[in-house]
Amino acid sequence: MDFDPSPEHVAFRKVVREFAEAEIAPHAADWDREHHFPAEVVRRMGDLGLFGLPFPEEYGGSGSGLLTLCIAIEEVARVDASMAITLEAGVSLGANPIYRFGDEEQKARWLPDLVAGRTLGGFGLTEPEAGSDAGATRTRAVLDGDEWVINGEKVFITNSGTPLTALVTITALTGPREISSIIIPAGTPGFLVEPPYRKMGWRASDTHGLRFEDCRVPAANLLGERGRGFRQFLTILDHGRVAIAAMAVGIAQGCLEQSLAYAKERQAFGRPIGANQAVAFRCSDMAVAVEAARLLTYRAAQLADRGRPYRQEAAMAKLYASEIAVDATRHATQIFGGYGYVDETPVSRFYRDAKVLEIGEGTSEIQRLVIGRGLGLPL
Amino acid sequence: MKIAVCVKQIPDPNTPYALDPETHFVQRPQDQVLDDTDRYGVEVGLQLAEATGGTVTLVSMGPAGNLQGIRQALAMGAHKAVVVNDPALRGSGALVTAKVLAAVLRKEEPDLVIAGTESTDGYTGVVPQELAELLGLPSLTFARKVSQADGKIHIERLTATGYEVVEAALPALLSVTSGAVEPRYPTFKGIMAAKTKPIEQPTIADLGFGPADVGPAGSAQEIVGVRAAPERGAGRKVVDEGEAHLDIVRLLEQVKVI
Repeated sequence: MDFDPSPEHVAFRKVVREFAEAEIAPHAADWDREHHFPAEVVRRMGDLGLFGLPFPEEYGGSGSGLLTLCIAIEEVARVDASMAITLEAGVSLGANPIYRFGDEEQKARWLPDLVAGRTLGGFGLTEPEAGSDAGATRTRAVLDGDEWVINGEKVFITNSGTPLTALVTITALTGPREISSIIIPAGTPGFLVEPPYRKMGWRASDTHGLRFEDCRVPAANLLGERGRGFRQFLTILDHGRVAIAAMAVGIAQGCLEQSLAYAKERQAFGRPIGANQAVAFRCSDMAVAVEAARLLTYRAAQLADRGRPYRQEAAMAKLYASEIAVDATRHATQIFGGYGYVDETPVSRFYRDAKVLEIGEGTSEIQRLVIGRGLGLPL
Repeated sequence: MKIAVCVKQIPDPNTPYALDPETHFVQRPQDQVLDDTDRYGVEVGLQLAEATGGTVTLVSMGPAGNLQGIRQALAMGAHKAVVVNDPALRGSGALVTAKVLAAVLRKEEPDLVIAGTESTDGYTGVVPQELAELLGLPSLTFARKVSQADGKIHIERLTATGYEVVEAALPALLSVTSGAVEPRYPTFKGIMAAKTKPIEQPTIADLGFGPADVGPAGSAQEIVGVRAAPERGAGRKVVDEGEAHLDIVRLLEQVKVI
């Protein structure tokens, strides 16, 4: 057993931290305030190779796996959740389905740009009345000659309407109780992108509802086997859950660092507030939680990289890390007092950004369900 | 174009520096970083190499440690490195440093030698010019912009009041100011590739020097003492009661800036 990262991972973390501190952190508050998606910064993350981390070199990636991706996402989330989720979704939900299930032609067409961060892809699973309950999917795709005709609605789809968006992969009913995945290129007639949501957090990230009205795409846009959509997205979500856990670790780490700095500097009653156990112990607890969440996350990522089953570990990491991240933002805001409630400090943004981690890519309740079933309980 | 970039590993400026109280040498940990000012020279080298289908060789002198700083520059894209690492070099002055680097560069025979303007730990700021003299190369210093065409190198040379346009035929030596280009961030691919790039570590004997040629013995200069910089005194407050501008003008005249 070895808990030491490789020297290359240490060097890489340093580079991403430098990048995040220089290119993202100084602007994060402005983007958040203006709900601005900074496409040019996403392109720069692409130049840094972040969107290609887990994909093979033949598509322009670095073939380095999920653990390396987790380190990158963690470092970005440490300063800004919006750019972290843009990266996470771009890799796990945009490129990964094409990489995992696409045929050679689909991979050759879409992957090089997705991997380089020149384009982004979305993953359309959730519907107004179907989220984790995928059996309730209403969106239909009917084969008409050599085209799919798609009708339906998707909600909360990340990266689906950015200037870089090239495609959305959606799940649709292609027969009775038969769910399949289909690639919808951006700009296809009948593929309608609703105006962006006004969100509580993740404001610089791009999220839309999507509508499909007699939207026609070639039959060849079927991703993988017909009727395998349900299994496919379970696989995609396992990967995504580890990446979301890494985001949570990054936010919690950011809260810890902000809290420590403030606790040492802010004076009350003639001494730094960190001299009070009420504040100091919050920081201690936060540090323990961050470390535990990080270990769970890296362990799940390493299992994935070694090609071993990791569904249970992914659910555990996602559940624990997202919940301690929400706790950490609450503690940090409390330590900052009034200053934690105004836009001038990042912790108020973190507070708004963290909550959705307990919801997206499977709610905490779904994670507990997955874990419970994994424990053999008759859930 | 065959390019050599002189780089230096220094202790991480984010961690406190310590000087050996006896020798006044900077205490160097195993983990050192690439001198930040060197990233600009590496970037200029890489851009010129990419434009001309050339290579970039890093040339360095100093305690190698775990070579982390050198690997940073290799991860950016440099092809190989030569690091002269010999305990006998401890205490060498700037001229000895230039002589040792020149010995490496004579073997490498680059078309262009690139250096920063000065290191962030020693600050002598003379090595590039000494190198040019030792190698008999035209020296284009303080470049804030660099381009090449037809076997010539053109620079905008930063001066106190603006810039001069200077050009020279290759081979030549160039010193690059911070901010001349935007250095790239190493990618993970680059970091992995740097692991296996060749790093030669010749000794002074390999370069034809004896112990008397280097270190304090070979240096004409000696550090006789080191003192902490004086604390900055309190500023002077000028209160404006209608005449403050005259006070300020007088002050500026006293320090001879107007």
